[in-house]
Amino acid sequence: MKTICLYFEMHQNIHLKRYRFFNIGSDHYYYDDYENERSIVETANNSYIPALNTLIEMADENNGAFKCAISLSGCSIELLETHAPQVIGLLIKLVKTGCCEIVAEPYSHGLASLGSESAFRAEVKHLCEKVEGLFGVKPTVFRNSCSIYSDDIGRIVYEMGFKAMLTEGAKHVLGWKSPHFVYNCTQAPSLKLLLRDNRLSEDISFRFADYNWSEYPLMADKYMDWIAQLPEDEKLVNLFMELCALGIFQPLSSNILDFFKALPGEAKKRDIKFATPSEVCKKMKSVGPINVTDPISWVDEERDLSPWLGNVMQQEAYEKLYSIADRVMVCNDRRLQQDWDYLQATNNFRFMSTKPGAENSYRGIYDTAYDAFTNYMNILGDYITRVNNLYPDLENEEISPLMMTIRNQEDEINRKDREIAHLQKTLELLKGNSKEKTSRTKTKKTPSKS
Amino acid sequence: MKVLMFGWEFPPHILGGLGTASYGLTKGLSAQPDMDITFCLPKPWGDEDQSFLKIIPMDCVPVVWQDVSPGDVTARSGNRMSPELYYEMRNNIYADFRYIHTNSLGGIEFSGRYPDNLYEEINNYSIVAGVVTRQQQFDIIHAHDWLTYPAGIYAKQLSGAPLVIHVHATDFDRSRGKVNPVVYGIEKDGMDHADCIMCVSELTRQTVINQYHQDPNKCFAMHNAVYPLPDRIQQMVDKRRPYSEKKEKVVTFLGRITMQKGPEYFVEAAKLVIERSRNIRFCMAGSGDMMNAMIELVAQKGISHRFHFPGFMKGDAVYEAFRDSDVYVMPSVSEPFGISPLEAMQCGVPSIISKQSGCGEILSKCIKTDYWDIQSMADAIYALCKYESLHNYLSVEGKREVDAITWEKVGVRIRSHYDRLLGK
Repeated sequence: MKTICLYFEMHQNIHLKRYRFFNIGSDHYYYDDYENERSIVETANNSYIPALNTLIEMADENNGAFKCAISLSGCSIELLETHAPQVIGLLIKLVKTGCCEIVAEPYSHGLASLGSESAFRAEVKHLCEKVEGLFGVKPTVFRNSCSIYSDDIGRIVYEMGFKAMLTEGAKHVLGWKSPHFVYNCTQAPSLKLLLRDNRLSEDISFRFADYNWSEYPLMADKYMDWIAQLPEDEKLVNLFMELCALGIFQPLSSNILDFFKALPGEAKKRDIKFATPSEVCKKMKSVGPINVTDPISWVDEERDLSPWLGNVMQQEAYEKLYSIADRVMVCNDRRLQQDWDYLQATNNFRFMSTKPGAENSYRGIYDTAYDAFTNYMNILGDYITRVNNLYPDLENEEISPLMMTIRNQEDEINRKDREIAHLQKTLELLKGNSKEKTSRTKTKKTPSKS
Repeated sequence: MKVLMFGWEFPPHILGGLGTASYGLTKGLSAQPDMDITFCLPKPWGDEDQSFLKIIPMDCVPVVWQDVSPGDVTARSGNRMSPELYYEMRNNIYADFRYIHTNSLGGIEFSGRYPDNLYEEINNYSIVAGVVTRQQQFDIIHAHDWLTYPAGIYAKQLSGAPLVIHVHATDFDRSRGKVNPVVYGIEKDGMDHADCIMCVSELTRQTVINQYHQDPNKCFAMHNAVYPLPDRIQQMVDKRRPYSEKKEKVVTFLGRITMQKGPEYFVEAAKLVIERSRNIRFCMAGSGDMMNAMIELVAQKGISHRFHFPGFMKGDAVYEAFRDSDVYVMPSVSEPFGISPLEAMQCGVPSIISKQSGCGEILSKCIKTDYWDIQSMADAIYALCKYESLHNYLSVEGKREVDAITWEKVGVRIRSHYDRLLGK
């Protein structure tokens, strides 16, 4: 019997506006409100609303046999709340069916997992709080922005209390291994890893409506046959994609939603089940650790960081951004922290890509990579000045030891908290025991008395 | 295959981009097997590189019969023409041109520049072309720029060989749309008679199709290229101080200061940048009819302290200017091709070019803005002066891109058009 783990990412970045260098210092609002509203409304109407309706319908019709998982970035939640609140309503409805698990991800959909550990921890916590507030569930499974993963990230994620992480089944990491098993992180052996089957996932998300594809047209029975025909011991198929695949990458006119609706029925015929990531982790054991020293991602053919950090411009922007991470962490200016979330989004870096395949790719409001870089750096220049103005007398070198002390103290407090909790528990146990003892002795004593 | 080319300029004595382009193009074409190029020039100086083509000095070609001895021919032509060729030419004088002022060789004097009596020179040039055409044997005629179109047409009518014209610029580019009717007439006549029109960019091709009403099927874009820098110049350029060490950044405009090149947009952008920065200087090299107006405009904007006019540059001075620049800007309003950004990029200087420039069609490692969008231009200048990574990326990748654009590749494409025209 095989299990399909279906996961959708929902992320829309907050578009930056055209920001010239002469605005530095005078204009502190960086966003293109028109483009933001237009793009989110377009995505909601063409993809999110019909797709979520379909998923709800599938959950209702199959009496719990259909399961999926969804993650949302903080930016997209904010955009949806402002411009398309009905999508949030649909999500709540979907979660209530019990068939959909919410997976956590970084609030900003950024690269903090590589650039700043403290910022990463803070934004994951921020997102978990936001998700809990909206859906009343606490995520136990994590997925990083663009499925970026490395051993170090795995360790941090484990320390934050997650049981499992979703990432890419990158060929250069897996080698001869198959993504159809559960693996675990080398640095934190208890953290389970679910690896995406990129061929089967992209058959849907990229190739579904491609006339030139040799397998076109893709039907649910054929697709389920492929899964059923996998080797006997390969029990798990992880299909991860963006929710935009349903309606935007593959237009609604390609009948992709009907394809999805037919999946559970065809799966049942072949004895294939659906499960959420946490159910998979409960049921299946890890077959071994997977070693990832250089980060992997789910983007492009290379499945690495090259779409965001592939050229010197992207690297400079990235380094400048995370050079002030500590300062932003210590400040409690809400506007600065909000901008911090929006500026980190990976899309901003993707727009600066000069990879050969990226020449004609979607660049938002920008013409070229240089245009994207210039605009972003102008905004970042203004932002960094604002952050530095909060603590003008402090040098970066002075901040890091201070941050270190704060962090150490925090660790110590946490440790002590745990100790206190532990001690309290033992104390209660002791108390309970002594009470029992006294009562027992009493009961024992009574007959003796009598 | 023999080609008879009509040109106006040839290095080392050049006045604009036409000479450089003529040299590269003929040299690239000469790399083709079985290619014999004869190049007619109004007034060569005798120090041109003739290793790959044969130059005919038009001012030594007789149109009036003169009885001169072989020694006199050598002496009077300044050793630019052999007596044998002279006598053969003299046998092909086809009409009585004694009404024209001729020199002691019976030839017509040319200035070889762009004088006030340009129309007269163009006319004389085609008279001489008649003698050359009668004497020479060739398969194809190739005329560069409008000055030589009448000569090309005449040669075609005499010989029946196919005429290729090469459009390096049109009057629409030079005049921002307000064309000189005489020049337009000459250009259109040349295009109407041509069997194949080679344009230096798609932009020019569109102008030729839309403004000169030519059949798109006979118009082709034939982008220019550059030759690698000679070692001597490369060494000079390599002495550049590293970007990170330079406290003051220099932004350069280099070209004729005329309406076509959009110098006023450069000044406007400079104004925006200077207002907001302390370490950026601007340099407008070159001369032209708008130079005084630009000096006044700079003074009026109050940025003269950071805006400099070093005047006309040529030879090594150009490369020294590139070496000391951090950004090169070409804000041309309408540029058929524009070879200077390629030269700047060869020297490792990141370039900002207007979207209205033909060379932008084959360049991607440079920043393109609309010529009128001074804010965008200022932003790009500021970014290149401020962000090292962008500067380094465009400097390294830009050089790599330009190094791959060679005249030999252009030669192959021109040759294939020749073969097609000759039905091979």
